[in-house]
Amino acid sequence: MRTHLPMTAIADKVNDDPPRLGWAEWLDRRSGRIMVMPAVIVLLCFAIFPLIISAYLSLSRFALAPGGFKLRFIGLANFRKLLSGSQQYHLLGTFGAMGAIRWILLAAVAVGLLFLLARYLRRRPTVLGTLGCLLTAAVAMGLATVAVVASAPGGVPGTIVNTLLYVVVGVAVQFGLGLGLALLCGRPIRGRNLFRVLFFIPLMVTPVGIAYTFRMLADMQKGPFAPILRAFGVSEWSWATEAWSARLMVLIGDTWQWTPFMFIVLLAAIENQPRDQVEAARLDGAGSWQVFRDITWPAIAPVAATVVLIRLIEAFKIVDLPNVLTGGGPGLATESMTLHSFIAWRTQDLGGSAAVGYILLFVSTVACVSFFNFVVRPARRLET
Amino acid sequence: MSVEPRSRMRRLFEPTTLEEQAPAAKAVTYTLLVLWSLVVLVPLYWVLITSFKGPGEVDNGPFYIPFVDFTPSFDAWNFMLVENNTIGPYLNSVVVALASTVLAVLVGALAAYALVRIRFQVKIAAIALFLVLLIVVIVAVTTFGAPWEIAVVAAIALYLIGLFTLVGRTRLHVGNNDIEFWIISNRIMPPIVAVLPIYVMFQQLHLLDTQVALIATYTAVNLPIVVWLTRDFFAGIPLDLEESAQIDGASKFRVFFTIALPLVRSGLVATFLLVLILAWNEYLLALFLSNAKAQTMPVLVSAQNTTRGPQWWNMSVLIVVMIAPVVVISAILQKHIARGLLIGAVKG
Repeated sequence: MRTHLPMTAIADKVNDDPPRLGWAEWLDRRSGRIMVMPAVIVLLCFAIFPLIISAYLSLSRFALAPGGFKLRFIGLANFRKLLSGSQQYHLLGTFGAMGAIRWILLAAVAVGLLFLLARYLRRRPTVLGTLGCLLTAAVAMGLATVAVVASAPGGVPGTIVNTLLYVVVGVAVQFGLGLGLALLCGRPIRGRNLFRVLFFIPLMVTPVGIAYTFRMLADMQKGPFAPILRAFGVSEWSWATEAWSARLMVLIGDTWQWTPFMFIVLLAAIENQPRDQVEAARLDGAGSWQVFRDITWPAIAPVAATVVLIRLIEAFKIVDLPNVLTGGGPGLATESMTLHSFIAWRTQDLGGSAAVGYILLFVSTVACVSFFNFVVRPARRLET
Repeated sequence: MSVEPRSRMRRLFEPTTLEEQAPAAKAVTYTLLVLWSLVVLVPLYWVLITSFKGPGEVDNGPFYIPFVDFTPSFDAWNFMLVENNTIGPYLNSVVVALASTVLAVLVGALAAYALVRIRFQVKIAAIALFLVLLIVVIVAVTTFGAPWEIAVVAAIALYLIGLFTLVGRTRLHVGNNDIEFWIISNRIMPPIVAVLPIYVMFQQLHLLDTQVALIATYTAVNLPIVVWLTRDFFAGIPLDLEESAQIDGASKFRVFFTIALPLVRSGLVATFLLVLILAWNEYLLALFLSNAKAQTMPVLVSAQNTTRGPQWWNMSVLIVVMIAPVVVISAILQKHIARGLLIGAVKG
């Protein structure tokens, strides 16, 4: 305390000194605002203004006119066209015939959502929280219905279903693989650092490059696996002409790129788990599975939930892989919503393009916020 | 002492010490890890050797090892780098990625520092007024054809009047956490929603297909990440150094540049690398905003498909020159980049 005293005295004296440049002091008092201002201006120019203009675009029809273009306000017609009109096949897909199994599946989803809702309402619900839950449940039910109906026999999934497939299946597979590799690499073995560096690389490779590389690898005549395929007699067949094999290729490319992200973060979390607890459990004769379930998993759950959230945010934006790998084909089979919007823009349907973008914004925001509220938050509470 | 076969079998599955793994488990671990290493390396290897092939080597079936089953040549490299203009897009990519990363890190770190150290209170009424005026201006200009200069000036005047009369009487305000959340949440927005108006904006400014347009857009897109990561680095440094400097009369800017920034150097390096690679790989925005002059590498590579058909050897050269720097950077500086990712994921 005593050492600080003289310093404060000097400081007081300095602060009392009146001759300080007026503008410098003015600047210093507003320094907080000045520091934040550039970031706010940049985001206003490149996020908020564009969002508002996009909203306006999505509500109007764009047409080229002599000497420029013309925008005509048409209300929600663009959205109506996408959700129930002539473009429904593109966004939602063509609906197939529902069999008994699909009805049961849908009913199961509905019951599950109702159960979760009821569980939330039994604990002290707030008005805002209830509204959020209802919105989440409604969106989840709608998406599940579209996915089930469009994938029924005779149906053709649209871009929203494809995007959901990339998000749900892709992220799940990447999480599983990443966790598995992290658990393997977290063991006391030699060469861990080499594997770590090696496994990290794909994350940083340009997606466009990955797309072409996988096209080369999967080439049925000239690719490295062609002799094996020829041995099985499937060299005439091409993955690019069938919907599910084309989707699988996109998923493989995406998984190759993003598994490292899950791996590297989960590995760090595993290395931070309480080592003494693990050793104590081992001494007591606990098996690997028990150690994982009772010690490792609770310790890494918050990080795991956050990592999946980050991945979800980025997964909804997928465009480069399907565009280069398959061009969205065959038909619509691999087209993501961002690609859908881009194609609409190229055909000068600016209103439709903006509407698709807004639907994507809505779906991804609801999904990410719900995931944060219902998974990430509880997982973080687990830790404390 | 002789070992019975049964117990030798058992020893295969039991660890000798707690730290060690049983030999069988170890073998399985290594097998799986090596398998995944192959999954990672085979695509990269294939691109690399394809870039040294010619039409003959590619079309006549797969050849795997240079000098053994085919003779490598530099024809494709020569064609792409010397005869074709690959250098232009490459330089564009370098300039755009570097400039936008420097800007994003500078602007983002400033904002993050201020949000960590200085308390903000922004009136909700001020934000609402701003948004309402903004929408009015956009509708007035686009639907009713009002001249935009007059509309903007009128809106600013109205905003200032409102700020000094109405807004001062309201109480509701947002704090640092809300501002931070708003900045970071911009990352959730899919770029496709914003890119159309950005395209029109640069068209009006006659900046379409220039490096400036790409640099500005990339700065904005990566800004949320920078704020998100650096705020935790700044929050982690002790206050007393900065306080004593401030007491000695240093301005907040001086404190930021001479004390706070050097203290979070390693965190800044991590953020810088991560953002640099994101900017280097960006595809969708470049597709919209650049055409010929400002074309970046990802766009050039994706354009190969339509113009030349599957000329794998040339394409491989492009892919190799595009991903080689990234692979080298991430292999050498893996620890730094991973640190950036970790901070983001752990603190969230």
